[in-house]
Amino acid sequence: MIKDITIGQFFPGKSVIHRLDPRIKLLLTVMYIVMLFMADSFAGLGAGILFLLISFLLSGIPMKMMAKSIKPIVPIIIFTGILNLFFISSGDVLLEWKFIKITSGGVTTMVFMAVRIVLLICGTSLLTYTTSPITLTDAIERILSPLKVIKFPAHEIAMMMTIALRFIPTLIEETDKIMSAQKARGADMETGSLIKRAKALIPILIPLFVSAFRRAEELALAMECRCYRGGEGRTRLKQLRTAPRDYFAVAIGVAFIAAVIVLNRFSPI
Amino acid sequence: MGIIRTEDLTYIYGEGTPFRKVAIDNINIDIDEGEIVGVIGHTGSGKSTLMQHLNGLLKPTSGKVFIDGEELFADKSRLKEIRFKVGLVFQYPEYQLFEETVYKDIAFGPKNMGLDEAEVDRRIRETARLVGLREELLAKSPFELSGGQKRRVAIAGVMAMEPKVLILDEPTAGLDPRGRDRILGLIKEYHAEKGTTVLLVSHSMEDVARTVSKILVMSDAKVFMYADRSSVFARADELTSMGLTVPQVTRVFDRLRAMGIEFDDEVFSVDYAKDLVLRLLEKKRRHTVD
Ligand SMILES: Nc1ncnc2c1ncn2[C@@H]1O[C@H](COP(=O)(O)OP(=O)(O)OP(=O)(O)O)[C@@H](O)[C@H]1O
Ligand SMILES: [Mg+2]
Repeated sequence: MIKDITIGQFFPGKSVIHRLDPRIKLLLTVMYIVMLFMADSFAGLGAGILFLLISFLLSGIPMKMMAKSIKPIVPIIIFTGILNLFFISSGDVLLEWKFIKITSGGVTTMVFMAVRIVLLICGTSLLTYTTSPITLTDAIERILSPLKVIKFPAHEIAMMMTIALRFIPTLIEETDKIMSAQKARGADMETGSLIKRAKALIPILIPLFVSAFRRAEELALAMECRCYRGGEGRTRLKQLRTAPRDYFAVAIGVAFIAAVIVLNRFSPI
Repeated sequence: MGIIRTEDLTYIYGEGTPFRKVAIDNINIDIDEGEIVGVIGHTGSGKSTLMQHLNGLLKPTSGKVFIDGEELFADKSRLKEIRFKVGLVFQYPEYQLFEETVYKDIAFGPKNMGLDEAEVDRRIRETARLVGLREELLAKSPFELSGGQKRRVAIAGVMAMEPKVLILDEPTAGLDPRGRDRILGLIKEYHAEKGTTVLLVSHSMEDVARTVSKILVMSDAKVFMYADRSSVFARADELTSMGLTVPQVTRVFDRLRAMGIEFDDEVFSVDYAKDLVLRLLEKKRRHTVD
């Protein structure tokens, strides 16, 4: 059900990956994405797979969470796959029927893109599986803070993200509760025509919005009561500090990028 | 066999994740028709989870639920029908209100049952009277009402479906003493008038004690006991160790009895206590006069 949404879900733990500095983890994620986009051979993607597997194993997150994170994007993968399959015409023609022409180049690109998207999602999910949203936004604030010089509201943006992230689970829970309550009153959201189902959402959306506004107001009030005045002069409870393992992790990331470059050179598609 | 029966009912939240939690564990209960039952237990003991099984909102991880002799989830197409038999009022039900007017909101359930206009109208007026909502409130927006009024509208919304079993999950949470008394009073009245089965979930013994006749005590996902009021309160020490309390008046009168004052009944409410004390004093006065 609605609870199965795992993107952005945090699995507390004490693994090496969990303990990496969140800024380093963000950096590594960016490096990983760069690596995936630089790879233009299956060997290069292989390096990406290796990097992902190692990280997953180190993190102690069950492998099946990987599958769970891919589930919501399956339609996107299929859609891009079909586009690639039909619109790329390079290499040998494998099949020709009326205006449809499938080529070996199309097939290769389709597989290549699918693997790339899957890797992309799995890797970024690992970041959120192992980093609590609060630490993550903390890291983002720190990374963006040099931009404060040019009046960029780094703290405010980070605070907005923190609040938004903080309320995702709450709102999901709330939606679940309201859905149950309306179902108990005989609301039917699973059958009927599209219009009927859209109408069936009203009893859920209205209470949800009402409660979201109420929560926002309460939160604003609570923050003001604690004299929240933005980021000016605020100190933090948890200082971010890099440790040797962070530098080690970056070194591994660099090594992998280098490997991808080399592999591109020697084994084109 | 009672109207509600469960067989080895177990439910686990988040199976296969680090947040796995056995919310109810091997529950076997059998509740007779027409009973008014208090369900009590400390926070997180699984009361709400159990209640949501009784009208098929949650599917058991293992075990079975029978309502009126019919197994839930045996036939999925019957689920909606059975849901109409078991009305469930959630914790903080006022957050489910959504219609433009109180009238329309109460009508939501009965309309979903496919009743005709006249019947829906009759039910709305009847339940509005039962829960003490004045006629002119029916045309108002539910969002303009006070907290206690909203709560009563939400309860009316479920009562209007005239279920065979009415379950109320913490109907008095977050209300002031007067609001609480009103809700408890209307539940008692509803039960007296309709004679249907009522389950009242609460963690306040005081509330439960003066409203219900039987009590189901839950502790750590299990049923600790299901018996009538006085047998439950007889085990006061065990209840206290579970973080539950016996009503203060009951404790006071237990002590009085231990001190040798004679009276027959169990005492659960202050009003009743007052009557009893007056009666005892009267008796004593007559003794001394004689
Ligand atoms: N949606 C959920 N997801 C995961 N765990 C849950 C969920 N709902 C309840 N739980 C857990 O299941 C256990 C039983 O919860 P439940 O809500 O049934 O307790 P309760 O007796 O109603 O408590 P309260 O008196 O606080 O309402 C709790 O430990 C709770 O943390
Ligand atoms: Mg509860």
